[in-house]
Amino acid sequence: MARMTGNSARTVGVLPGLEETGLSRLVEAGKRLFLAWFSVVLVLVAWETFARSGAVTTFLLPPFTMVVERVWADAASGDLVINLGRTLYRALFGFTVASCVGITIGILMARNAAFRWFFDPIVSVGFPMPKIGFLPIFMLWFGLYDTSKIALIIFDASFPVITATYAATLGVERYTIWSARMLGSGERNLLWEIILPAAFPGIMTGLQIALPISLIIAIVTEMIMGGPGLGGAMIAASRFADSPGVFAGILEIAVAGYFVVRGMAYLRRRLLVWHQEAEEPTTV
Amino acid sequence: MTTEALSSLPVGVEDRKTRLFAGFMRYLPLFILAALWELGSRSGLVSTLALPALSTVIVSWFDLLLPSNPFTGGGALAWIGWALSGDLVVNGADSLWRLCAGLGLAIGIGTILGIAMAWYRPFEVFINPIVQVFYPMPKSALIPVTVLWLGFGHASKILLIFIGCMLPVTLSAYNGARGTEQALVWSARSMGASRRRTLFEVVLPSALPELLNGIRTALALSFILMVSSELIVARSGLGYMIGWLGDGGVYDAMFAVVLTVAALGFAADRGYLMLMKRILSWRE
Repeated sequence: MARMTGNSARTVGVLPGLEETGLSRLVEAGKRLFLAWFSVVLVLVAWETFARSGAVTTFLLPPFTMVVERVWADAASGDLVINLGRTLYRALFGFTVASCVGITIGILMARNAAFRWFFDPIVSVGFPMPKIGFLPIFMLWFGLYDTSKIALIIFDASFPVITATYAATLGVERYTIWSARMLGSGERNLLWEIILPAAFPGIMTGLQIALPISLIIAIVTEMIMGGPGLGGAMIAASRFADSPGVFAGILEIAVAGYFVVRGMAYLRRRLLVWHQEAEEPTTV
Repeated sequence: MTTEALSSLPVGVEDRKTRLFAGFMRYLPLFILAALWELGSRSGLVSTLALPALSTVIVSWFDLLLPSNPFTGGGALAWIGWALSGDLVVNGADSLWRLCAGLGLAIGIGTILGIAMAWYRPFEVFINPIVQVFYPMPKSALIPVTVLWLGFGHASKILLIFIGCMLPVTLSAYNGARGTEQALVWSARSMGASRRRTLFEVVLPSALPELLNGIRTALALSFILMVSSELIVARSGLGYMIGWLGDGGVYDAMFAVVLTVAALGFAADRGYLMLMKRILSWRE
C-alpha cells in the first residue's frame, strides 16, 4: 500500500506557468519553516533575556543557553544516551505490548458477544480512571525496576487502544464483510484481509493517543522511583537544587515527546496513504 | 412474560425493573472481579500483603473517612468540622480544590486563547506554532520546576494542572471555531450582525461540541497531573496519602485511597458526559 507514492499529489499545488525551480522551492520551504518556528524562537529569546536581566536568579530560571550547554555536557558524557535509551525502552516496550493486547481485546470485543459482555464494563469504568494512582500497588507487586514501570505503562496505554479498536471494528461496513463471506472467505481471512485493514485508521488513532501516554507514564514512574531514565535524572537534579539539570531534563523530555508524536503522525501518513483520513491531525 | 401480566403492572415499575436487571447484568463482570479478589486473598492463594482482601479495604476506607479524634465539643457548628476531619475528607478536599482551580483557569484562558486564534489571523500565526510545539510535551516533566517556583503547597499543583490542561482546551476551541461554516458567518454578517455578535452567537455555539470534547480530555489529564504531582512532592492530597500509606506498609488503606481516586476520576468523567449531553441537547 505504501508503494503508491504521494508524489503526484504533491505537484498538484503548483500554479500553472510558475516553473518549479530549485530556488523557488527553497524560498517556499524557507518561508514555511520561518512561519512555523519564529514565534518559538522568540519565546526562547525572551526566556534568555529575562533570565540574564537579573530579575530572577539562575536558580529559579537558568538562561536557555546554560540549559543547552548542560544538555550538551550530558550528551558528551554519555548520560543522555543512557537515560534517553532507558526511558524510550520502557515507553516503547510497554506501548508495543499494550498495542498488541489492546488490539486483540478490542477486536474480540467487537466480534464476540461473551467477550463484549465481560470487558465492556471493565473498559468503560477503567478508561476514565487516573491509573497513575495504581503505581504504589504496581511497586508492591513488581518491585522498583523496569517490570513495575512497564507493567503500569501496559495497563494505562491499553485502554485507548481497546476503545479505539472496538469502535473501529464495529464501524466496519457490514456489506463489505457480507461480500467477503459470500465470495467464500474464511474467518481468519476475513480478519486479516477485511476487518483489520478497514479498521486500521481508527486503530491508528488509538495508537496515536497511547504512545504519548506511554511516554508520560514512563517519565512519571521514573520520577517517583528514581534510577536511570530522563525522569529519574531530573528528580535527582532537583534534589541537589541543580536547576540547570532540571531544565535540561525538561528540554530533553520536550524534544523526545515532540519527536515521538511527530513520528507517529508521519507513520500514519505513510501507512494510510490509501485512506482519506491519512492526514488527520493528532488531537487527543 | 405474557401480555396480561404486563398490563396488570403499572408501566413505570416494569420498566424500572427491567432496566435495573439490565444494569445489573451489564456490571456483573465487575462484581465477578470483586468476588475473585475477595476469594483470592481470603483463601490464601495470594498473600494479603500483596493484595489485602476487598472487605478489609472497605473497612479501612471507612476508617479513613470517619474522624479519627473523639469529638471534643464546642459550638453548634463544631459537629460539622469534626465530621469532616477524617484524613480522606481533608486530603480529598485539598486535591479537589487544586484540581478545580487549575482546570477552571485552564478552561477560561484556554477557550479565550483558542477562539482568539481562530478569530484573529496575526494571533494565530504567532501562537499556533508555540501551541503545536508544546502540545506533545509530557507536562509531568514540569513538576520539579513548579515546585521550585511555587513551593510544596497548593500553588505549584494548580500551576501544573493549569499548564497541562490549557493546551487541549485551546486546541479544541481553535479547531472548533475554525470549523465554523463560513456561510453561516457570512449570513449573520450580511443580516447586519456585528462582528462581536457573530462571535458570540455563531462562532462560539458552533465551536462548542469540539470545545466540550477538549475539556473532557483536560478533565482526564487534570486527574493524572494531580495524582502524579502529589505522589512526587506534596504535603497533603490524595496522591500524597497513597505514597505515605504505601511507604508505611498500610496496604489496605493504600488500596482504599487508590480506589477512591479511581472512583473520583470515573465519576467526574461520567458526570461531565451527562452535563455535556445536556448542554448539547439543542443539536439534535
